[in-house]
Amino acid sequence: MITKRIIPCLDVKNGRVVKGINFEGLGDVNDPVTLGRYYSDNGADELVFYDITASAEGRALFTDILTEVARTIFIPLTVGGGINEVSDFERVLSCGADKVSVNSGAIRNPALIGDAAKRYGDQCVVISIDAKRVDGVFRVFAKGGRENTGMELIEWVKRCVGSGAGEVVLNSIDTDGVKKGFDLEMLEAVCNVVNVPVIASGGAGCKEDFVTLFKNLPKVDAGLAASIFHFGEVAIPDLKKDLAANGITMRL
Amino acid sequence: MVAIIDYGVGNLFSLKSSLSYIGVDAVVTNDPEVIKSASHIILPGVGAFPDAAAKLKATGLIDFIKAEVKAGKPLLGICLGMQMLCSKSYEYGECEGLDFVPGEVVDMTPELPEGLKVPHIGWNALKFEGKKSELYKYINEGDCVYFVHSFYAKADKGCITATTEYGIELTASIENGNVYGTQFHPEKSGKVGLNILRAFCEIGGKV
Repeated sequence: MITKRIIPCLDVKNGRVVKGINFEGLGDVNDPVTLGRYYSDNGADELVFYDITASAEGRALFTDILTEVARTIFIPLTVGGGINEVSDFERVLSCGADKVSVNSGAIRNPALIGDAAKRYGDQCVVISIDAKRVDGVFRVFAKGGRENTGMELIEWVKRCVGSGAGEVVLNSIDTDGVKKGFDLEMLEAVCNVVNVPVIASGGAGCKEDFVTLFKNLPKVDAGLAASIFHFGEVAIPDLKKDLAANGITMRL
Repeated sequence: MVAIIDYGVGNLFSLKSSLSYIGVDAVVTNDPEVIKSASHIILPGVGAFPDAAAKLKATGLIDFIKAEVKAGKPLLGICLGMQMLCSKSYEYGECEGLDFVPGEVVDMTPELPEGLKVPHIGWNALKFEGKKSELYKYINEGDCVYFVHSFYAKADKGCITATTEYGIELTASIENGNVYGTQFHPEKSGKVGLNILRAFCEIGGKV
């Protein structure tokens, strides 16, 4: 049976990997190529590179780095950040990405999902969603979690998958950076309405958080995290051994 | 030198990089002279079967590749490239394959138990079938490789060298003489995948 995936996420700005706590206060962590290689050699099942640069220079630098990463890493590579048009898919796929993650670009132009899926296949299109509770309702946020779109999460995720998104990354702003575990309630709500892989993001603080995630929500396919891996708080091979010991199918 | 057949489908960046990483000289090409001078041929492929089959036909290379294979050159089909090695496919209607391996490519959806997602995407374990394939000389049964597909090859039992479990047994690799095919992507399967590519490139003694 297919294994659950553990995915380190590398946010890249101006050629460096960074990670913000609740999306603010970014601190420099490491070189993307070095980190990518490290993870690829140490149990990561997939890598996500997220371009959080705003400038054209930054984007060009990111593309160069991506090519360098893809040249030396032989596991699936997902790229996100700054994906606004089908030509952005082409740009990162030609650098060696396997999947492309869209977030604000799809909020601005929902047709992007269908257009890209028709061209590159559903398996290539990942919808990444930042969501947060507002007065008891899950709402979709744009611009790195700063702007409430007013859209309801469940409606949005159904619409995206219906248009051809082959995978969903759900990042809970409520639990992100807090390190007290994934947002099981929000994840379950999404898992119940889609039949494509769901990747949990936001809130992992220790190995037990991943055990809780997969034990409680067998429909979740993968767990994504950044700082706990980058700062060495959780070593991926140890994490995967622990998960396997808890009866969860892993690639060891 | 390995010739990676370029017929306008899929992204060959990772495949070329992975061969380069294991020290194998690889050229992405549709030039018969280059393919002739290569020691091994790889047929990649992503997308839908009829579209890829039409594009491969349009290169005019099919008869040439068949002659090279008949002369003994090892051929490896990857993902859709593997499916194209079979006799025919039923993706978007019936479509002829290269017929190197007797078998048909069919949709897995109606055969899967309820609740399993299609495409079959992710890392899954290999179960060897029959005599251990040359491709697997550096790896072990149970090692995981990376799959992305919705159709699978129902090949003759004697030609299946590995399966993977996804509610049903899906064909993971096929083989017939010097023709090899992997449904999974060795170029995305970490060290295990690199070792499978290395084993392929060593078939026949030299690259």
